[in-house]
Amino acid sequence: MMPAKKKSRGLRVRDLLLLIPYVALLFPGLYARHDPVLWGFPFFYWYQFGWVIGGALLTGVVFLLRRSERTTR
Amino acid sequence: MDTHQVELAVFTLFFLLVTVVGFLASRWRRGDLDLLDEWGLGGRSFGTLITWFLVGGDLYTAYTVIAVPALVFGAGSVGFFALAYTSLVYPLGFLILPRLWAVSRKHGYVTAADFVRGRYGSHWLALAVAFTGILATMPYIALQLVGMNVVLAQMGLKGDWPLLVAFLILALYTYSSGLRAPALIALVKDAMIYIMVGAVVVLIPYKLGGYAHIFAAAGPLLAAKHPPAALVLPKSGYSAYASLALGSALALFMYPHSVTAILAAKSGDAIRRNQVLLPAYSVLLGLIALMGLMALVAGLHPATANMAIPMLIEWALPPWFAGFCFAAIAIGALVPAAIMSIAAANLFTRSFYRAYMRKDATARQESQVAKLASLVVKLGALPFIIFLPQQYAINLQLFGGAWILQTFPAIVFGLWQRRFHHIALLIGWIAGMAASTGMEMSLHMKGSTYALHLFGGTYPAYAGCYALTLNLAITILLTLVLDAARVKRLGDATSEEDYEDRVTTQAGGGVEAVAAEF
Repeated sequence: MMPAKKKSRGLRVRDLLLLIPYVALLFPGLYARHDPVLWGFPFFYWYQFGWVIGGALLTGVVFLLRRSERTTR
Repeated sequence: MDTHQVELAVFTLFFLLVTVVGFLASRWRRGDLDLLDEWGLGGRSFGTLITWFLVGGDLYTAYTVIAVPALVFGAGSVGFFALAYTSLVYPLGFLILPRLWAVSRKHGYVTAADFVRGRYGSHWLALAVAFTGILATMPYIALQLVGMNVVLAQMGLKGDWPLLVAFLILALYTYSSGLRAPALIALVKDAMIYIMVGAVVVLIPYKLGGYAHIFAAAGPLLAAKHPPAALVLPKSGYSAYASLALGSALALFMYPHSVTAILAAKSGDAIRRNQVLLPAYSVLLGLIALMGLMALVAGLHPATANMAIPMLIEWALPPWFAGFCFAAIAIGALVPAAIMSIAAANLFTRSFYRAYMRKDATARQESQVAKLASLVVKLGALPFIIFLPQQYAINLQLFGGAWILQTFPAIVFGLWQRRFHHIALLIGWIAGMAASTGMEMSLHMKGSTYALHLFGGTYPAYAGCYALTLNLAITILLTLVLDAARVKRLGDATSEEDYEDRVTTQAGGGVEAVAAEF
């Protein structure tokens, strides 16, 4: 069996996806607004709830990309 | 029976149930509890699911159910930084934790300090990391004590003795079964918290006229506070909000108890999967944070903001269910307190006892010392409760965070490269610790947002972030200076491949290995 000895520092382009939540949440100017209101929640609140799910989805995508790289190699 | 008696009866029932589970845990997946790897890391055998409960039980604590909603109750939108923080923490954990896990497994590291010692060869730097870990854990355990205290107080138990009993039980079962106790109890605790939150986020808004009404009514009530608060974050609060979220996110996985829970996993992928699944808890955290607004709209006037949630629960729910919720909160404080004290004990054993006091300690002696140290650390939390102002319990966590953040450069950057000189890291750490402590003292330990005056402007931000910036700047500059002066670097016990966890999955063989994870 060929040992897959690929030298990498463990960071790849796909990992940049993980930065997106940082951009979305570290600038409160983007979302510190009352409107539009969703189900009674001001934008400030539902936007941040949305990013909990968005962040998990992005992390999940990176996980799957990583796995497919591993199996194809 | 009156309200408090019913609450107490239900509370006691569930509390005892959990205690029994804790004692039985030492028989679960029996291992030799006289070995530190077994007592302190559960034999590094936890798959995705157990890790999820363990890390979840670890991170969602009295911080979530008492401290965050209390801040929202008292200060409005600012308190919501906690939700942003929990969204930021997992993408970061996804990158750093599997590397830390892989290198620790390969070299038998039990703590982050062990890793720093191996990577940089400097026992002084390892000592600094260990010391910070133990120190920063104490106010965090104190926060858990405050959480239990407010719940007991709400049920009419005044004074210190109920707290004493609770902690005696905690100390005893931590002592006898190590990490296995909290891992198993975490299952029970999470089930209880889910039931509580599921009911509370439906029942209380129903009683108060729906979420739309809660938000609409909370706005004017927040504005009428002294100092005035807001429903939507005002511009003046942006820098504090963002830095609190960022600082908390960078700090979280530096805590010894988070490292312990992560190192107890059995594979890198178990950890990665968890970073995808753990945000389920964050949704809960956000919903619980909103309970701060609900308490406000319900017109409650608790003695301190920390009492807001227990008071709201008693106000809104039938006594038997309130008792159940109080048990959930108290156990939710006990589990992390147990993990925190175990983690700090691991640190003490490896980095102080074995490094300085008894270099030839046997595994049995190590485990004995760790068990004793876990008791001592719990006691160390007490001064933080007795001597610090308790307006907002969340400050206890933020103090600890500001300290633990100062270990970030040595631990996280060290996982990818070792360009930083170990002496530069050490001096950067000293500066960061001094700066964060100094800023907190200048705030009289009442808050963690420091207003920096620079070039005629004022920039309020989390003290921990300012200190980390200083720490990093010094580390970088001194590395350049020390390398230019050819000051000797020490050896690296690790090599590049040690940080990749691919090897084990190849050896384990595809699908079965993945299936066995669950």
